Amino acid sequence: MLHISEYRDSRLCHSIAARIAARSSRPVRIMEVCGTHTVSIFRNGIRSLLPEGVDLISGPGCPVCVTAQGEIDAAIRLARQEDTIVATFGDLIRVPGSNSSLQQEKAVGNDVRIVYSASDAVEIARQNPEKTVVFLGVGFETTAPTIAASVLAARQAGVENYSVFGMHKIVPPALEALMQMQGVEIDAFLLPGHVSVIIGMQGYSQFFDQYRVPCAVAGFEPVDILRAVLRLTEMLDTGDAHLENCYPRAVAEQGNPAARQIMDTVFEACDADWRGLGWIPGSGLQFREVFADHDARKRFNVYPPDVAPPAGCACGDILTGAKTPPECPLYKTRCTPINPVGPCMVSTEGTCAA
Amino acid sequence: MCLAIPSRITDIESGIATIDVEGVKRKASLMLVEDARVGDYVIVHAGFAIQVLDEETALASLNFMRDTFLSDNPPENM
Ligand code: SF4
Repeated sequence: MLHISEYRDSRLCHSIAARIAARSSRPVRIMEVCGTHTVSIFRNGIRSLLPEGVDLISGPGCPVCVTAQGEIDAAIRLARQEDTIVATFGDLIRVPGSNSSLQQEKAVGNDVRIVYSASDAVEIARQNPEKTVVFLGVGFETTAPTIAASVLAARQAGVENYSVFGMHKIVPPALEALMQMQGVEIDAFLLPGHVSVIIGMQGYSQFFDQYRVPCAVAGFEPVDILRAVLRLTEMLDTGDAHLENCYPRAVAEQGNPAARQIMDTVFEACDADWRGLGWIPGSGLQFREVFADHDARKRFNVYPPDVAPPAGCACGDILTGAKTPPECPLYKTRCTPINPVGPCMVSTEGTCAA
Repeated sequence: MCLAIPSRITDIESGIATIDVEGVKRKASLMLVEDARVGDYVIVHAGFAIQVLDEETALASLNFMRDTFLSDNPPENM
């Protein structure tokens, strides 16, 4: 049901790929701004279907990879606090901070737990009223409403020992920053499917109106991705840029208004520090003042220090598409999946790990 | 972080859905998609359903692509 196999149909894939080849008249660089796309492109061998000259570049779309070094250090500080349980999504646990990682903290006896959902963290808080539970909130617009919902649920249930260390980031301001960065060459954007489920096509209209660069929202099956790449190739061929929805079964013009409202109730926009991209105005989310008691930063006075990324790690250039992983001197030498130096090698959605 | 595969709701109890992801049963909160019903396909992210998939559109897009890309006389400039 729901035609998953049809959206993976190899005959359809090859036929769309042939159309892409027929329409690509010059070399183009298309950035996919979503870690889940990066994974799907790799797993389905999409690059090998594309003609020479149509390059897919991975962008800053893995939430763990864009988390600033200082934020990891702050999370480690929280894990070292007495009577504290730190709950986190699994991807974050192995990311090296300046001197340690959450995994190392767990190994020496600090209480770090991997959860599948923010709701699980609220449940841990409910069951451990004598402890303080801090959930590490990473992710884009897809994740932020789920975290906001957990805060509302905790408040409603009177779970006062639950707080969130928020590191959320939002996508459209990052697209703008990429367009303005020196040395970053992007001809078109393959926009994230599930961020778009929340923000809708309208979420990009301001960006698109300003930059007029071809943009297509895509789903995650091979047919979805190839179809979007075809539309982008056609736009580049004719010189006629559009903001197009190639994932209409999931993405509405207005997105998911209920989710956005929950997110807006709890969070407001703030500036954010992206690993590799630096500070981007209006690209983060912080707690509104009325939710200060669930804001781990305020509650425990823990703020991310300003620290440089690990020496030699080219994550910044990887996240902007300026370099590919083999161009990093540490790739597969000092930096491996077992001994990662940068987050791009840790997360399953990271470009170096893919 | 994202489950890219749509999951079918098999049961709903006080705002929590039981979902079937390719044969595996899981729970998902419906706080963000309150109008979801049993039988609907939803996108689930970090334990929350974030959207109900529009099945009619899914089928229409597929048919369109098949007509366009798999027929011998493709329409020009779709
Ligand atoms: S290979 Fe390792 S050090 Fe190099 S960019 Fe990737 S994560 Fe960073």
